Amino acid sequence: MSGRLRGKVALVTGAASGLGRQSALRMAEEGALVCLADIDDEGGRESERMLGPRAFYLHHDVTCERSWQAAIAATLDRFGKLQVLVNSAGIARDGDDVETCDDACWQAILDVNLTGTYLGCRQAIAAMKRAGGGSIVNLCSVLGLRGAGYAMAYCASKGAVRLLTKSIAVHCGRAGLDIRCNAICPGYMATPMGRAVEASVGSEENRRLIARHALGRMGDSDDVAHMAVYLASDESRFVTGAEMVVDGGYTAG
Amino acid sequence: MARCEGKVALVSGAASGIGAATARLLAAEGARVVLADIDADAAAAVAGEIGAAAAAVALDVRAQRSWDEAAAAAVAAFGAWNLLVNCAGILRRGTIESTSLEAWRETIDVNLTGTWRGCRAAVAHMGRHGGGNIVNLSSVSGMVGDADLAAYDASKGGVRLLTKSIALHCLEKRLAIRCNSVHPGVIWTPMVEDYIAASPDPEAERTIWRGYTPAAMAPGRAGDVARLIVFLASDESRFVNGAELVIDGGGTAE
Repeated sequence: MSGRLRGKVALVTGAASGLGRQSALRMAEEGALVCLADIDDEGGRESERMLGPRAFYLHHDVTCERSWQAAIAATLDRFGKLQVLVNSAGIARDGDDVETCDDACWQAILDVNLTGTYLGCRQAIAAMKRAGGGSIVNLCSVLGLRGAGYAMAYCASKGAVRLLTKSIAVHCGRAGLDIRCNAICPGYMATPMGRAVEASVGSEENRRLIARHALGRMGDSDDVAHMAVYLASDESRFVTGAEMVVDGGYTAG
Repeated sequence: MARCEGKVALVSGAASGIGAATARLLAAEGARVVLADIDADAAAAVAGEIGAAAAAVALDVRAQRSWDEAAAAAVAAFGAWNLLVNCAGILRRGTIESTSLEAWRETIDVNLTGTWRGCRAAVAHMGRHGGGNIVNLSSVSGMVGDADLAAYDASKGGVRLLTKSIALHCLEKRLAIRCNSVHPGVIWTPMVEDYIAASPDPEAERTIWRGYTPAAMAPGRAGDVARLIVFLASDESRFVNGAELVIDGGGTAE
């Protein structure tokens, strides 16, 4: 542990698995105190055991404004401040193409991925102002940069998060809040969500997707976690409104 | 020969601004056009000026049933529906700090979910009837952020990627439906004028908006965007698909 995040307090959503859990783990290793937020209590408690006394788990529904107020209040209550928010909670669904996706599918994906991120940013900024500054990391996707036919609402939600992030970065910069806001755009990752995509699209399509990554493989959750640590830390103090691609070359070719 | 002969277009937000200019120009290029708007009377007035090639229908883009009725009206009036132009949109001021959940939903529901609903209706119909073409109005605000437009930026960023997903799905299923997005910079439409008029300091706000377009360029007009949409609507653009076409006088080139 080199203490790159020593003294920082972070809230990570989607912390019960995948990119959220790994980001929280790496951030705690670098000295951060972390609130692990998720709706998956079982996975969340497992993350809590993995991180030890530097973290606590909190049941949190990102689509609910009051749940956000409660999560931030709990973080302040436990650790006294909030300087880092990682919006990692996200969902993808089968049957998300323009001909199949129904109202429930569309709304669920937008509510979690987009409105959940908006609510988190809004609530966190108020707390970060009291802490004298902060850093917001929004999990976007290469599907916020490039399209996929089988992931329509997902693409729409991530394209929206990409621009929401920029609007927030400009606002916070102009207002002199010392709050940065950036997006991470992962390629296909070997996470529970990535494996679900693999199962959904079939092995041939999956081979094609993997081949599109110049490195010829999926990423793992540490690839994104290391980026989240960098963006959360003061090393990235001049980075804001950026879209940090961590995709093994998926969008390069 | 007219460039849009044989096209039957449904244009949302057609009562004013870019939608109205597009409906007029499509008709002038030989298309038959259904002007759809939540302000049905204003849409009917523009349709009346265009003449026999135009019809008007009430459309609330937030309601799927309203889309189904508008599509049925196009088929009833002109016997087909093979072009959708999603122009309906709203512009509301609000930073991440000042945008309430209610205001957020208002913008997302019209600009993003409304566009999705139109695309969904269009793909369902056109996929069964030999193909078609969709043009979605995004914005340069779907490419670069503005502090005062948190929900608008998000909605237009969403439309940008929604468009690509739909284009790719239609390719994969061989539906012969193209889908592209148009990204205007500042266009002096009623939507922009209303936004400026409602701002705390309209004159200062106008100066800011003028500054988004390079000084050497003439101000952007609805007709400029309409001419680009006509290109996308016509078969001249048959190889243009899943693309994002910027029309901003060079404002975002730097």
